[in-house]
Parts: sequence; C-alpha cells; structure tokens
Amino acid sequence: MSTPDMSVNLAGIALRNPVMTASGTFGYGAEFAEHVDLHKIGAFVTKGLCLKPRAGNPTPRIVETPGGMLNAIGLQNVGIDAFVAKKVPFLRTVDTPAIANFFGGTIDEYAEMARRLDEIPEIAALEMNISCPNVKQGGIVFGTDPSCAASVVAACRAATKKPLIVKLSPNVTDIVAMAHACVDAGADALSLINTLIGMAIDLKKRRPVLANITGGLSGPAIKPVALRMVWLVARAVKVPIVGIGGIMNATDALEFILAGASAVQVGTASFINPGAAQTIAEEMEAWLVANGVADVKSLIGALET
Amino acid sequence: MQFTSMILSNVEISPGYWRMRLTAPPAFSAATPGQFIMVRVSGAIDPLLRRPFAVFDVGVYTPPQSGSLPQPYFEMLYRVVGKGTAMLAALHETDLLDILGPLGTGFDQGKPDEEKLLVGGGIGLAPLYLLARELTEKKSPVRLFAGGRSRDDILCITEFKRLGVECYTATEDGSLGEQGLVTEALKRRLDALKGKATLYACGPDGMLNAVAKIAESYKIPCQVSLEGYMACGVGACLGCVATGHGHSPETPDYRCVCTEGPVFDSSELKWEFQK
Repeated sequence: MSTPDMSVNLAGIALRNPVMTASGTFGYGAEFAEHVDLHKIGAFVTKGLCLKPRAGNPTPRIVETPGGMLNAIGLQNVGIDAFVAKKVPFLRTVDTPAIANFFGGTIDEYAEMARRLDEIPEIAALEMNISCPNVKQGGIVFGTDPSCAASVVAACRAATKKPLIVKLSPNVTDIVAMAHACVDAGADALSLINTLIGMAIDLKKRRPVLANITGGLSGPAIKPVALRMVWLVARAVKVPIVGIGGIMNATDALEFILAGASAVQVGTASFINPGAAQTIAEEMEAWLVANGVADVKSLIGALET
Repeated sequence: MQFTSMILSNVEISPGYWRMRLTAPPAFSAATPGQFIMVRVSGAIDPLLRRPFAVFDVGVYTPPQSGSLPQPYFEMLYRVVGKGTAMLAALHETDLLDILGPLGTGFDQGKPDEEKLLVGGGIGLAPLYLLARELTEKKSPVRLFAGGRSRDDILCITEFKRLGVECYTATEDGSLGEQGLVTEALKRRLDALKGKATLYACGPDGMLNAVAKIAESYKIPCQVSLEGYMACGVGACLGCVATGHGHSPETPDYRCVCTEGPVFDSSELKWEFQK
C-alpha cells in the first residue's frame, strides 16, 4: 500500500499530520529541537503567554500520582515582549505551524494578547487558555461560566484574523454548554481537555504535597475522561476538535480521532520521552498502513456506537 | 540524548544505597561533573515519570568476550526511597534501561592551584566523585567532607581516598568519624587556609544552607548541586525551580534546576538563613 494521507486541516491550518504538542509541555519549541524533528509533527503549541512575565507558583510544583502527575506551575512565562524578541526568531527556522497559547487576567488583557499575537507572522494560530486551574484570577472564571467564556472569546475574535482555538476546562458541569458558548462567540476550533483539578496529601507531614495545595492532573489517568468529553463535544459542534488528555502512544491518539478529534495534542508524554510526539506520528502512520487506511481523515469521528 | 543502556552491575554498597554501572554511547563521555541523567524505571505508566540521578562516574570497560573493544560506561548512586528506586534495586546485570542525558549545567572547576573543599551529605556524594576525579587529574588539592546520620550514610570513601583526596567524616550518631555535623570540620579547615578555597556541596537542604552560610561568612566561592521534583529534565515542565537570590513573595525569582542548574553558585540563590 502507498503512503497514507496523514494530513488534516485544522480551522484553515494545513497540518502534515494530526499530532501536535500541548502547551506547557514543549517550552517555546527550541527546547525540544534536539529531541524531536519538528518537521515530523503536525504543529506545536508554545507555553502559555500573557502580557507581563510571570514567575509562577512556589515549589513543590509537581508531584507524580498513579498514572499521572499533578502540576501547579502557575503559568510561569516570559511575557509577550520577551517572546517576540527571544522566542519568535526560532519559529522562523521551522516549517511547521507554531500555535501560541495565551491567557489574560481580564477580558481586555485577553484581547490585547490576541491583538499582539495577531501581528506575529510566524504564529499560525492562537490557542486561548480559558481553563488553567492554577491561577486565582484569570482563566478559571472564564473557563467555567458559559457567558463569561462567550464574552472573552468574542473579544479575542474581534482582535485577530488568525484561526482561534479555545482550550476548554474539564472542570465544569456541562462541557457541551461551554463548547457551544465558545463556538457561537467565534471560536474556529476547540481543544480539550486541560488538566483536571486534583490534590495530593503527604500523610506523614499532614500537609498538601503541592505548595499551591491543588494542581492540574494530566497523564494516562485522565484519558477516559478526556475521550468522553471529546466525543460529547465533537457530536455537538461543527468546528474541529483537538483531543488532549493522557495520549502516550498512537493507539491513544487514534482513539481520540475516532471519538471526533481532527488532531491531538501530546503533553505529559513529552516529559517522559521528549521525542514522543514524533514517535506517535510515525506509529500512527504505521498503524494506518497495517490496517489499510488510506487517509487519516476517514477516521475522524468514525466511532461506531 | 536518549539511549537504551544495559546494566553492567547493580550492587548495594551500604544498607539502602546502591551503585549501578550501565553501558553508554560514545558521546556520553562528554558528560561533565555535576550533570545528571533521567532514568525511565519502567516502560509501564507506574511510575510514570523519569527519575533524576547524578552521574557518579564515567569510564571505559572491556567486555569479557574475546576480541571485544573497550566500551564506555557510566555509574550512578541511588538510595531506595520509593517505588521507582525499589524497582531499580530489583534489576540485574543485562537488564535494559531507557536513559536521557547527560543533562544540566555542572560544576565550574575553578583555578587549579586553589584548594577545593567538597562537602557531601549522604547520597549527595554522588555528583562529587567525578568532580574529585577531574580536579585531582588537574592536580588541584582536594579535600572531602562527608556527613551523614550514621556510618551507613557515608558512601564510597575508599574511592575518594584512592584519588588522593583527604577525607573527613562526621556522623550525627558518632558511628563513623567525628560526632556531629561535618560542617564543623569544614570551618576548621577554612580557618587553617585563612579562607582561600572553593567550596562544592551536595546534600540535604539543611547542610546546603549551612555550607552557603559558611561561604558567605568566609567570603569564598561556593557551588551547590540541587535536587528538584522534575518531570522532564529538559526545561519544559518548570516543576523543579529553585528560589533565586532576588526572590521574595513580591518579586519572585525562580531558576530552573534542570537546565540553569543543577549546579548553582550559592550566591545566585536565596537561602533559608537569608530569609
């Protein structure tokens, strides 16, 4: 059989394959150039940015839990100015779409970030984080209330012509209502899920393990939750979905595609194997060959129920 | 670099402390003292994350088969503290491990004529051996101050002595060397040297804090090797940060242990005694 067609279209961005990297797990791209051939993955998403540099939370910031990890980094990032000055030049050297993840503390800050990122030609698309569980102001209100989400998405929509992906929080009662609100407000695509809020306790010290007390759970432990949410949302909205949550191998990635995702993001797996995204893309192609699938697009939402 | 390594030996050198020798690709010989590796303990998802370990030594060995060419190896020391390290201790010769490294920024070896005082607590001796080896090869005078709770926590002293390093030991229970903290012997040596020395330290937080304080009061350079909870080891997860010198709740200043460290000049960091 000839080489299968691995390309997908994500809200107007042509991806050579459906495998992307998740924000916060891949630095600004350059950190992984030694470990991954960036030209073998579909796209990469840079660490969440805001207007001013952010130092993040006190330590301990991470702890391993069965089949996963909790993190409470606190959106540490270099800020948009340093991003433009120090990180964007690298993006010019890579012929793979770079997607900038961003957030703000207010609607105005979100819109200003969208406007600033819109000016950067090296950025192919924007991913709005309305769902980080580790900051007290900012993300979380927008990420859990459909009308707040709609307002902030609409403000960003007005500030950029680039494809706008909204990253959804799983920490809600009704993920479909959130999805509808974001799409109606102008989202071109949705990525889900962000981390699930959790905590870990040190019995001996009678204290929480994380300095932030709670953190976001990622890794294989959250995959079943993510699959269900992707499946629910993909059936409810017309925009493409990016599936995220505990993807460790091509099997996991293909399950998300069957559930309705047009592309996937690999997150925690890149911590364990910095080359994970590339490996998953290669294994996915091998799976298509072995199973006589000519075009990966034929699997999107092809789940039989 | 990521590579599959074969275990050449895995030996308990003191109760709860293990020394493992593993094969390495030729490029690994570029590892410098103070760098570390990330070990994937199992291919399954529990434990999920890699575990960081200091590079204890690097070298070449000749496999026993006739006609074999010399092959590079590296060694690490580890203490069994949890599930991951217990699984490591259960591994045998010829078992394979997935390794990422060498990673991080190691020790600056300073001027060769100045005396180098190495301070290690327990498993903190691990990154100091390769440093001592390279320093003694450069004819630097080197002394080691090894501390621990009891004699079981004082590791590989014979190996350091074999390099020609003068070793002082102190244990809290007095079971080996002086009773008390090894920083007392360190201060006596610094007094004798009239404060002309460079310090290198790795060990528990309390010891590093004490050594950093000594360095500050004697106004001598001091490099410390830190541990941190880290997921990736390559600067992406931002989990392993240490507080930089300018840190305060109002002006946070975090340094990434895996890439900016694990070795820092002690004056770059904010210490408990300064708070």
